[in-house]
Amino acid sequence: MRRAIFWIAAILILAGLQTQLAGWIGAYYYKIVILAGVNIILAASLNLINGITGQFSIGHAGFYAIGAYTSASLVHFGESSIRGAVAFLPRFGQDTVLLLLGILVAAMAAGLAGLVVGIPSLRLRGDYLAIVTLGFGEIIRVLILNIDAIGGARGFSDIPPLSNFFFFWVFLFVLVTVSTIHNLVNSSYGRAFISIRDDEIAAEAMGVDTTRFKVLSFVISSMFAGIGGSLFGHYTAYLNPNTFTFVTSFYLIIMIVVGGLGSIGGSILGAVLVTVILEAFRSLSEFRLVGFSILLVLVMIYRPQGLMGSRGMFKFRRKAAVAK
Amino acid sequence: MITFLQQLINGISQGSAYALIALGYTMVYGVLRLINFAHSDVYMFGAFMGYYIANNRTFQEQMGTSLLSAMVVMLGAMVLSAGLGIIIERFAYRPGRTKTRFTLAFWLGVLGAAFGDLLGDSLAAIIGGALIGLAVGVVGELAGFRPVQQDSRLGLLIIAIGVSLFLENGGQLVFGADPKFFPEILPSKSLNIGPLNLDSPKLIVLGVSLVLMILLNIVVNYTKTGKAMRAVSFNLDAAKLMGINTDRIIATTFAMGSALAAAGGILVSLLYPKIEPLMGVNPGLKAFVAAVLGGIGNIPGAMVGGLVLGLAEVMAVWLGSSTYRDAIAFVVLILILLFKPEGIMGKGLVEKV
Repeated sequence: MRRAIFWIAAILILAGLQTQLAGWIGAYYYKIVILAGVNIILAASLNLINGITGQFSIGHAGFYAIGAYTSASLVHFGESSIRGAVAFLPRFGQDTVLLLLGILVAAMAAGLAGLVVGIPSLRLRGDYLAIVTLGFGEIIRVLILNIDAIGGARGFSDIPPLSNFFFFWVFLFVLVTVSTIHNLVNSSYGRAFISIRDDEIAAEAMGVDTTRFKVLSFVISSMFAGIGGSLFGHYTAYLNPNTFTFVTSFYLIIMIVVGGLGSIGGSILGAVLVTVILEAFRSLSEFRLVGFSILLVLVMIYRPQGLMGSRGMFKFRRKAAVAK
Repeated sequence: MITFLQQLINGISQGSAYALIALGYTMVYGVLRLINFAHSDVYMFGAFMGYYIANNRTFQEQMGTSLLSAMVVMLGAMVLSAGLGIIIERFAYRPGRTKTRFTLAFWLGVLGAAFGDLLGDSLAAIIGGALIGLAVGVVGELAGFRPVQQDSRLGLLIIAIGVSLFLENGGQLVFGADPKFFPEILPSKSLNIGPLNLDSPKLIVLGVSLVLMILLNIVVNYTKTGKAMRAVSFNLDAAKLMGINTDRIIATTFAMGSALAAAGGILVSLLYPKIEPLMGVNPGLKAFVAAVLGGIGNIPGAMVGGLVLGLAEVMAVWLGSSTYRDAIAFVVLILILLFKPEGIMGKGLVEKV
């Protein structure tokens, strides 16, 4: 009951904000808010693998790309037939069906990719896993570059935008992502993820099927990355393979590390901070990224646990130090 | 058959360049267990240093274009890049291991210099900015800001990513973002053996890499420093207990790896003379793949890995499509990792509880 009230209230508030927000802050800031929302989805989902399950993926951009391109192609190529199937709905309803269908298919495609990558490669540990995920991300990008039907190197234009309510949709899915991951962490599954992070061998000895849980966390994380990609694609209505290089994955890692690995609140903070800092100093051209990279190095040297540490989202208490 | 031989030669020459860069990755991984993402940018830095030395007016007047001048360009770039490698190690990676002094001062000084450049775009502004940054940093350190010991290797890895981003963007700021053309430091000749075409840059790349790798092998296997490097990579703590100055050995490793990367940068620039601040990204990734392919941490492995990768890439492009060129390295990598995760020459590691 409380949960239902929470979601109804959230939807009403988001819808209310949607009608006013663009007017309050202008189109430019509205765009940044939406990008920050997409980054929160991506960062929080990456945190599930890197911060909570303790694996190390640097190929998140690959799943992001799969989500974006799958959803965009579904809507681009299947628009008329899907509209035909739900022709009884008004135009607005049809758009919503298309958008949600795109998001659903994107999540499934990215999750499937996560499964395909995860099953063989999660037998690897640490750096090797990192390299495989990096390689996977690059392979996806090269494949996209070579498929002409979705634009190849020119980029994929003509993606129907479907909605004017992107703030509503993006932040609805931010809430879905964050609450899912938060609930997951506090479930028996989450305990298994954390036990793998803290000591894989001990977890295995206690009867945790480590491979299964690692693949599971990988798949869930990829699904949310796919959702993020789908929303991003429909919002910008144009996709370019260069958006999904490993540099994008690096930025996502920076977000979760600066925020604090393993802390969902930290991921939100990190995603917002990185998005805003990179935008705010856009006018300073090259200096922007020089300064940003120096700050990153300094944060890592002087506060390696990130801004939030490993504190949870709502409980602001320190965890007892674990002897290593 | 002739085309096959021709492709073989191209592949070996491309592969030896990968191998040179891969050596730096593998050596650093050997001593620190760190993927040094900044390595690919040291490669770029080396190429630019070569460019500036070779284009220097007085240098051109004094030396002209000869074998000797080409060697001077290469050695100069190698020494400067070794210096960069040592600086990176001292101010970015060492603070993560020990509570090094002057870290904050160094980075704030660099930040100040960049900011001065933004505001004034004159030497005075840059130096002024750097001094202010330095002063703030020193005050900060006196006030008690000390680096925090990294409890995971992930932290070091993020620092490496940060340094890599810093070098790439700093390169765009200092060298300019538009591509430059590497001067012809050696007259290019074409050599025909029967129907085979061997142009001189390819042979030079091959010859120089071979010499450098033999030199490296001698240093690592037959000198005291080399013995210490092997000891550190075997077990850092035990090496420290045996009285080895591990910090110095790690710095030496960075210097040697960076010098090799610079050599690789100049050699590749002989083959493809376009240089730009982001030129290191792709070769760097591939060289890293080569290092993993051969067994990361293993020096002969990096050489073999580089050659295998160069050959695989050239052959795949010859037999298939060139647009998939960049994906081939990763496909090879994933296959190797799945079936022989320790690499071609690597030793399997047993995980202990």
